[in-house]
Amino acid sequence: MIELDGLTKRFGNKVAVDDLSCRVRPGMVTGFLGPNGAGKSTTMRMMLDLDNPTSGSVRIDGKHYRELREPLKHIGALLEAKAMHGGRSAYNNLLCLAQSNRIPASRVSHVLDMVGLGAVAKKKSKGFSLGMGQRLGIAAALLGDPEILMFDEPVNGLDPEGIHWIRNLMKALAAEGRTIFVSSHLMSEMALTADHLIVIGQGRLLADTSMADFIHENSRSFVRMRSPQQERLRDVLHGAGIVAAETGDGALEIDGAAPEALGELAAGHGIVLHELSSQRASLEEAFMQMTAGAVEYHAHSEREGAQPPPVGPHWGDRWTGQAGAGSGDGPKGA
Amino acid sequence: MASVSAVLNSEWTKIRTVASTTWTLISAFVVTVAMGAALSALLNAQFDDLPAAEQATFDPTFVSFSGMVLGQLAMVVFGVLVVGTEYSSGMIRTSLAAVPQRGSFLFSKIAVAGALALVVGLATSFVTFFLSQALLGEHGTDIGAENVLRAVFGGGVYMGLIAVFSMGVAAMLRSSMLSLGILMPFFFLVSQILSAVPGAKSVARYFPDRAGSKIMQVLPDAMNSDPAPYGPWGGLGIMVLWVVAALIGGYLVLRKRDA
Repeated sequence: MIELDGLTKRFGNKVAVDDLSCRVRPGMVTGFLGPNGAGKSTTMRMMLDLDNPTSGSVRIDGKHYRELREPLKHIGALLEAKAMHGGRSAYNNLLCLAQSNRIPASRVSHVLDMVGLGAVAKKKSKGFSLGMGQRLGIAAALLGDPEILMFDEPVNGLDPEGIHWIRNLMKALAAEGRTIFVSSHLMSEMALTADHLIVIGQGRLLADTSMADFIHENSRSFVRMRSPQQERLRDVLHGAGIVAAETGDGALEIDGAAPEALGELAAGHGIVLHELSSQRASLEEAFMQMTAGAVEYHAHSEREGAQPPPVGPHWGDRWTGQAGAGSGDGPKGA
Repeated sequence: MASVSAVLNSEWTKIRTVASTTWTLISAFVVTVAMGAALSALLNAQFDDLPAAEQATFDPTFVSFSGMVLGQLAMVVFGVLVVGTEYSSGMIRTSLAAVPQRGSFLFSKIAVAGALALVVGLATSFVTFFLSQALLGEHGTDIGAENVLRAVFGGGVYMGLIAVFSMGVAAMLRSSMLSLGILMPFFFLVSQILSAVPGAKSVARYFPDRAGSKIMQVLPDAMNSDPAPYGPWGGLGIMVLWVVAALIGGYLVLRKRDA
């Protein structure tokens, strides 16, 4: 269990992490999601006591990181690939870490085999590819067989086989009852691995919700209709008490109606249809909409769909409210 | 609180598993010994051509440490790399996650590396002394002569302290390149030049290398060098103060700054 309480980090005038309170629970994969520059890495560095918070605190199983005796046995972290000395072999890089926390040397070979680096254990780590460096970092995180594991963007640089492997590894570790905290800027990646989601934007908590609730709330399904007799179609729908929203490209979007019923209604009035399709908003879109007001670096040529909607923190309030009701003393909306 | 012996063990593994340790320490030994021996052989051959003032203050022990001017630079590189590569490789985050007590981490590292530098420094200084005395022939001295053992032992301590001073500076600057960029020209040029400039002399004699190297002189003001207002132990004391200041500075930076 990791508890963040009012965690805040300022760099000069810039607020990187803003009053972040949440809990990361055992037995599941918790996704830590946010656009680039949202403060994910800063938050993770503060969790490991590498960066000092401006205010607020982090507790690991009720203790401050600095109070942990042999911390690698409690929490393992992959922060960035290649945070190792390139002139040292993979084995020796891990051996230094193992010795500092009195972890037996036999465990070093074991974790190297586990991540598939057994064959290159004696090779200098500077010759490693990004993916191999990532695996070495994961091996370092697993070294102390910790109950809590933190991974910062673990799929970066991994090939498809490696991505598949890390996903299964995280799920297996969570199934053993461990606390898994993994950051990503890709909603699609999280949808495949995470059981719970913590979303931040510009350092603020936007959502703290279960993955199932997030999907339920955000995977809006609707029917899209296009007709050369657009006006008549609108009138017919209106007459049947169906609300249709006009889209920019001359189509209509209808929520909460079956495409079969709509097709039969149009046929009954002799209206020609050029399109009748069932649509589902992607989770990626829902995530982008949620964080749009909080994205640090917008691309200059924005397309129509990516305009910042006037939502901002209101989106998050709903989920944080739900989480708060569940745990009793969960986070309050910003 | 991680156990100190575990951290010392870990730091020893770090030091012995990188190539830079071997080549910097071997360079320190070879350069110091070779240069001391060459100069001893040269002075033996040309002793009669020396100015009278230098003949009067001829200090065969100090002559054998002539190579220290260059050899100490290798010790600087060793000290800087021991601390600096933690930052340049990004290893510092991994290291501090494993040992979050920053004082234990830094001082264990410096204790292990400093002890190794001291051992290599002592080996260097005894070897260069005996080899140079053999080459100086009739102008040489004996380890049993007054103050000679102090000077030879002091030469080894001097090399160890130079390395530890460099570790402290690298911990303050958190960068190998920046630390080398400042320390190398300082010890090789600035300190040497300023100690020859009349106005700057009185300040330069309190620099760590100037003050510390007094311990290697058997005769006060050996080889007609600049007279100093402190003795050999006083000079070494001044150097130790510099080292302590660098270590405190390095510790404060590591404790306060984000990794």
